[in-house]
Amino acid sequence: MSQNLNPQNEDRKTGMQVLRELQKEHKESDSGLGKAHVSNRIAMGVLWGATGITIGLLAVILIYVSYHGVGVVLQNFPEFIVGWPQGVNAEGGIAPTIVATLYSTGLAMAIATPIAVLAAVYLAEYAKQGRIVKTIRFAADSLASVPSIVMGLFGLAFFVETMNIPLSMLAASLGLSLLMLPIIMRATEEAIRAVPRYIRWGSYGMGATKWQTVSRVVLPTATPRIITGLILALARAIGETAVVFYTMGIAINMPIIPTDSGRSMSVHLYLMAVEGINLPSAYGTAFLLLLIILILNLSARWISKRYSRIDNS
Amino acid sequence: MSNEELNQNPQNPLDSTVDSAVDPARDANATESMPEAGKESLRTDANPEKKTLTRTPGVTMKELADTAAQREPVPVVRPATKLQLVSRRTQIKEASLASLFFICAFLAVLGVSLIFAFVAWRAFPIVHEIGLWNFLTGTKWSVAEGVFGAVPFIMGSLVVVGGSLIMGVPLAVLTAVFMSEVASPRANAIIRPAVELLAGVPSVVVGFFGVVVVVPLVSQLVGGAGFGPLTAWIVLSIMIMPTITTLSEDALNSIPMGIREASYAMGATKWQTIWKVVIPAARVGIIDATILGMGRAIGETMAVLMVVGNAPQLFAGISAPISTMTSQIVLEMGYSSGTHRTALFGLAAILFLISMSLVLTVRLLSREQHKKRKKVKKGAEA
Repeated sequence: MSQNLNPQNEDRKTGMQVLRELQKEHKESDSGLGKAHVSNRIAMGVLWGATGITIGLLAVILIYVSYHGVGVVLQNFPEFIVGWPQGVNAEGGIAPTIVATLYSTGLAMAIATPIAVLAAVYLAEYAKQGRIVKTIRFAADSLASVPSIVMGLFGLAFFVETMNIPLSMLAASLGLSLLMLPIIMRATEEAIRAVPRYIRWGSYGMGATKWQTVSRVVLPTATPRIITGLILALARAIGETAVVFYTMGIAINMPIIPTDSGRSMSVHLYLMAVEGINLPSAYGTAFLLLLIILILNLSARWISKRYSRIDNS
Repeated sequence: MSNEELNQNPQNPLDSTVDSAVDPARDANATESMPEAGKESLRTDANPEKKTLTRTPGVTMKELADTAAQREPVPVVRPATKLQLVSRRTQIKEASLASLFFICAFLAVLGVSLIFAFVAWRAFPIVHEIGLWNFLTGTKWSVAEGVFGAVPFIMGSLVVVGGSLIMGVPLAVLTAVFMSEVASPRANAIIRPAVELLAGVPSVVVGFFGVVVVVPLVSQLVGGAGFGPLTAWIVLSIMIMPTITTLSEDALNSIPMGIREASYAMGATKWQTIWKVVIPAARVGIIDATILGMGRAIGETMAVLMVVGNAPQLFAGISAPISTMTSQIVLEMGYSSGTHRTALFGLAAILFLISMSLVLTVRLLSREQHKKRKKVKKGAEA
C-alpha cells in the first residue's frame, strides 16, 4: 500500500477510488427510490426504446415491402417469376433480371472464392507477421470500404473500357468479385484461426507436410464457417446496385454466355422506382430481393448454428 | 533422421513451438522478451488477463479497462518452415503452393492499387482542364456551361453523413448496449438476427422504402416534395445503424465480466456500471464503429440517390433538394464525356481518398490503443 502514496501517482485515480466514488453516490441515494435508481430506470427505458426502434424499423421495412409485394407476385404467379417484361411499362414478369442477377453473382462467387480462400490461408497459416501481412490486411480493409460506386466506375474504366470486355455478366462479376473478396477473406481467416491448434499438431505429428495439413485437416474443419461467410458475401452481391449499373448495362436481356449484357433485379427495382411507371413491378422485385436475402441469411445462420452444436458436443 | 540429430538442430521451429507450448508459464515469460512477430504466434491460453487485472498502484481503473478492451489475438501456431525431412520434390511443391497463396493474398493489394490508379488516372486531366483549385472550391456545377465545381457535392455528402450520424449513432450504440448489457439471451436470439438482417437489406430496397414511405411522410411534415436532406438522414441512418450496432456490441462484449462485477459489488446500479465503467472501457471500439459507419454512409449510393433530390446546389434547409458525390456520379456518368466525365472521376477520387483515410484513422486508433496497453502492462509488472 505504501506505493500508493507515491507522489507521482497522486493525481491519478485508482480503480478503488473510482469504485468508492460510485459507492458514495449510491449511499447518497440510498433512501427509497433514490436518484441513482430513478436514473437507472429512465436509462433502462431509453435502452429498451432504442432497441425497439431498431427492431421496429426492420419490421416496418419487411412488412411494408412484403405486404405490397406478395400480392403482386401471387396475382401474377408464375408469370411474374418466369415471364418476360412487356411494353414500355415493363409489365409482366421479371425473369431475365432474376437470371441476370443469379448469373453475375454466381460467376462472381466462382471467381472470388478460390482467390479469397487461398489468400486467407496465406494470411492465417503461411505469412510471417510483419510488414507484408500488415499491407495486405490494410489493402483488404480498404477494398471492403471502397464506395460501391467507385468500384462501379473502376469496373467501367478498367474492365469495360481498357480490357474491352463489353458491358456484360463477365464485367459485372469481375466488379462484384472485388466487392466479395475482402468479405470472404475475412470470414475464412477467422474460420481458420478458430481451428484448434492441437488438431494441426496431430497432423504434423503424423508427418504431414504443411499443405497436407492445411488442405486435409484445417480447411475441412473450417468449412462450415467459410460457407457462412460465402453466403453472406453472396447476399451482399445480390443486393448490390451501383457496381452492376455501370458494368452490366441496363437493357433487359436474357444472358446466355458470359459476355451477354442484361439488367439485374436491383437495377430493375431502381429504374422502376425512380421512373415510377410501374410500381407494382417494383414492389414485386423488392419483395423477391428481400426474400432471397432473407433465405440466404437464415441458411447462413442455420449452418453456423448446426456447426456450433457439433462443436459443443 | 534420429531423434538426436533433430535435437542438434536448434533452429527447428516445430521443435521449439511444441516445447514452449507444453509449458505455459515459461511461454508467457518467453513471449515478453520476444519480438512482435513471435509474440503473436506463440501466445497460448495462459490467461494474460489475469496479470493485467491485478490491481497495481499507479494504474487507474480507466487504464485497466482500456487494457481489457483489447482483445487478445487468436493463437496461431507456425510450425516448421524448413522441411528437411521430406524429399526435394515435396519441398518444391510446398514452396510453389506457398507462393501461389501469396499471389492470391497480394491480389487484394493489387485490386486496391488498380482502383486508385485508374480513378486517379481518369481524374488527372482536371489539373489542366479545370484546375485543381477551381474544382475543389468551385460552388457551381453546370454541364451546359461546362463549369464544374465540386463544393455542392462535398458539402452535400458532409451534410447527409453528419445528419445521419447524429440520428443513427445514439440509436445504434444504445441498441448495442442493450444487447450486451441488458437483454437476456432469449431476447438476443431475436435482436441479433434482426440487426444482421437489417444489415443485409440491399441499399436499393431501403431507398425504395424511402421513396414510397419516408418521402410522403417528410413531405407532409415539413412541406415541399419530400426529397432532401431530412429524408436522406432518416434513410441513411437505417443503413448505417446495423454496422455500428454490430461493431459496438463486439467492443462491449470484449470487456471482461470482472470489471462489471467489481462495479456491481460496490453497489452501483446497472446504468452507473454501463455509463461509468463499461462504455469508457469500450470507448475506442465504439469510436471505431462510428468511423466505419461514417465510411459506409459516405460511400452509400443508391439509397441516397433515390431520396436526396439530386439538385447540384448548396445546402439550403432540411427540405431543399441537394446532391451528394455518390448520387451525382450515378446520375450523370451514363451520358458524360470529356471534361464532364473527368470531373465525375474527380468526385470518385475524392470519395476514394476519404474512405481510405477513414480506414487509416481506425488503424492508427487501434495502434495507439495497443501502445497504451503495453504501457499499462509494463506498469502492472513494475
